[in-house]
Amino acid sequence: MHRHIDNRRTRVTAIAGVTALAMSACSTLGDDSQSSPEEVSSTVVLLTHDSFAVSDDVLADFEERTGLTVKRRAPGDSGALVNQMVLTKDAPLGDAVYGIDNTFASRALDADILAPYESPEIGQDADRFAVDDTDRLSAIDYSDVCINADTEWFAEQDLAVPRTLTDLADPAYEDLLVVTNPATSSPGLAFLVATVDAFGDGGWSDYWGQLRDNGVKVVDGWSDAYFVDFSGSEGEGPRPLVLSYASSPPSEVRQGEASTQALLDTCFRQVEYAGVVAGGQNPEGAEQLIDFLLSQEFQEDVPGQMYVYPVSPQAQLPPQWERFAPLAEDPYEMSTQEIDANREAWIQEWTEVVVG
Amino acid sequence: MTVALRTRAASRVGPTAAVVLVGLVPLAFLAVFFGWPVAAIVARGVVADGTLDLSGFTEVLARERTWEVVGRTLAQASAGTALAVLLGMPGAYVLYRCRFPGRGAVRAFVTVPFVLPTVVVGVAFRGLLVEGGWWGFLGLDGTFTAVVAALVFFNYCVVVRTVGALWSRLDPRAEQAARALGASPLRAFWSVTLPSLAPAIASAASIVFLFCATAFGTVLVLGGPGYGTVETEIYQQTVTFLDLRTAAVLSVLQLLVVTGCLLAAAVSRRRRESALRLQSESTVDHRLRRGDLPAMAVTVAVVLGLLVAPLVSLVAGSLRTADGWGWGNYTALSTTGSHDALEATVWEAALNSVRIAVDATLIAVTIGVLICIVCSRRPRRPAARRTLSAFDALFMLPLGVSAVTVGFGFLLTLNRPPLDLRSSVVLIPIAQAVVAIPLVIRTLLPVLRAIDERQREVAGVLGAGPARVFAAVDLPVLGRSLGLAVGFAFAVSLGEFGATSFLSQPDRPTLPVVIVRLIGRPGVDNLGMALAASVVLAATTVVVIGLAERFRIQTAGADL
Repeated sequence: MHRHIDNRRTRVTAIAGVTALAMSACSTLGDDSQSSPEEVSSTVVLLTHDSFAVSDDVLADFEERTGLTVKRRAPGDSGALVNQMVLTKDAPLGDAVYGIDNTFASRALDADILAPYESPEIGQDADRFAVDDTDRLSAIDYSDVCINADTEWFAEQDLAVPRTLTDLADPAYEDLLVVTNPATSSPGLAFLVATVDAFGDGGWSDYWGQLRDNGVKVVDGWSDAYFVDFSGSEGEGPRPLVLSYASSPPSEVRQGEASTQALLDTCFRQVEYAGVVAGGQNPEGAEQLIDFLLSQEFQEDVPGQMYVYPVSPQAQLPPQWERFAPLAEDPYEMSTQEIDANREAWIQEWTEVVVG
Repeated sequence: MTVALRTRAASRVGPTAAVVLVGLVPLAFLAVFFGWPVAAIVARGVVADGTLDLSGFTEVLARERTWEVVGRTLAQASAGTALAVLLGMPGAYVLYRCRFPGRGAVRAFVTVPFVLPTVVVGVAFRGLLVEGGWWGFLGLDGTFTAVVAALVFFNYCVVVRTVGALWSRLDPRAEQAARALGASPLRAFWSVTLPSLAPAIASAASIVFLFCATAFGTVLVLGGPGYGTVETEIYQQTVTFLDLRTAAVLSVLQLLVVTGCLLAAAVSRRRRESALRLQSESTVDHRLRRGDLPAMAVTVAVVLGLLVAPLVSLVAGSLRTADGWGWGNYTALSTTGSHDALEATVWEAALNSVRIAVDATLIAVTIGVLICIVCSRRPRRPAARRTLSAFDALFMLPLGVSAVTVGFGFLLTLNRPPLDLRSSVVLIPIAQAVVAIPLVIRTLLPVLRAIDERQREVAGVLGAGPARVFAAVDLPVLGRSLGLAVGFAFAVSLGEFGATSFLSQPDRPTLPVVIVRLIGRPGVDNLGMALAASVVLAATTVVVIGLAERFRIQTAGADL
């Protein structure tokens, strides 16, 4: 008996020893090397939203060409990104920013957190996305937030796929739609703005009342709606209509056949911008970064990486996109100033109507 | 408070001075990494152009919606806490008092939900509740019940582990004596065992309440937009509207609610805490017997129904690929995903997570033990006792304050060397440790407080200095429960998402950050990989907790 206990104790002590050893070897403390002054001037910090992605070799090309090292910080979605920049205006977190979208651009402009820069890479037709004439935000890419339909489901039910926003309130499509909360999700906010543009000040809340009566389901975030409630993706949920993007259907192509489609008459156009951070430590590096984001190489990398369309008309799109991810011809749009001025009021009214 | 402690230390040198010195270290830590950032962000909301402007309070407090949200927060948190405690008690008994093969594995397993990112749990949990899911017939999707069930899912292990830590050491002889004197098992439990466990139950309940009251993702994902709480409101005001004025009022409100709850818990704890006879675990537990059946049945039902089912659907999802069932999602973990969705492979992220967790655990356990040393004192003077319980409650606050408030506060305060969040990776483990410390305290303190103060006095009279008294009396008791605290701190760190996502560098992500990123992209392969990565996170947790439970510090007095 005694012996048994002793053995156990030895073993336990050994485990403790090994654990302590493993712990000291594992620690990240000490990795935190201080950078020398030369390194600072050759380092450029890019602030992005958390969906930013770029191919390794594309970024490596840029670093090799310029001798710069790109460090990134991704503090959250577009709104969180802008708000953090506003709060840290006196001690900016980075040199350049990418990922401010047109629903938050106005706040960034008003807060004076960006320096003007007109990149030589900006194409002649870039004006169509310009937010104002101060050159502080350069459009990089855009996408359409649209209702997606599970076309297989509609074919099986022998029901016509809805086309317009008004169709969605039709009792034939009762309990079929799932959207996201505009207060917590950026596609949710984009879709709310689309309905405001479509039905005007007097009409949009009535429209949402009709959607509510027609059984629209509201969930917190995109993943939840798309993977749990939507019938057209992996989750195989109960609802064949979901709020997503015009660029989502290529991801659901099986054996060369699309099983979902975007309803192009329900779309809001989301534009993403980049700019030089005012008061950053490496403004020259930041300008080079903006040039890079507008370069052919990065622009062609954008669709595969972030599911958005490049602003450059010269950039080649992936072959599948031509077929499965067409853009809306006449999407709903609204000026960033108008969105920023009304965002809070709209969300509050929406909450009262839909949530109660 | 510090000043009060200091003055007293000056008048009564010796043990008290030592305790005060020990207490200053954690106090400084909390002030820098919690107090200062929170104060800074609240100040931004209530100071306009250099003058204090409190009009926000009257305005926000006059809104009907504010009180609706406060009421709902309290209702959800109370229901979640009550149910977690009710269901967790039998679990603590079965897993920490009874002996059966595979017990260690089940103990580790129940901790898994605690570390999973809410977005994954949302997909797994709602996948069951949604129309057409396994439990779709219950019609619970988007209901109050679903929110409460999910809160219990997350917090079950907090009750099981916190109560279990004390229960596993409780001398069974008092209950046996009651039984021998003719008390029914129920009565013996009610009048003998339950009062002894009360401090641990109060501990567990206060933690669970704080977790429930500040639950963010769970509430939004399971309940939908109609179930907003103070926490989700603060997030919305800060992140969506940048309305720091309203956010500041709500943060203060949250702080008041949380402080009230902590004080109530402290009072009920103090009333019941008494010296207990503690035993080593192996002499207390027993083989399963017939009388254990009811507790066993409840535990099996909870573990299978509430914990296993969502996790099985998670594992099943991780095995589904574009070409049917297979291991494809797991082999993909050594890649950066389709279209290079990630900047580091999942394995690299897992290694990074573990390394950060090691640091966070070291910090949390060190600071936590220091706090416990101070809080386990039993001064005679009422003023000193009150000071101690305020000191204790102070370190619970990080659980009750919104991660967004703390995170944005970090931005305002920790932005220059030596603590510059732009360059320092040290801040991630520190931020995680701030959240882990309360769990370390609540695990260790009930055990330490159960030590009879007279033991320490005897040691002191025999000439031992404060350090020697600690080594001879406290350390042996502490050492045996330390493994539990280590495991807990590790689990918190592995699963932490809010502060981590805020601070982590994209090319060195943690596992939860990678999972959330994958699940934010369309397509079968991304979802499958996210679920496979979640299974890896769950497995890592089980292994680490399993090892930590075996971890004991051996000292000369261990056989007390």
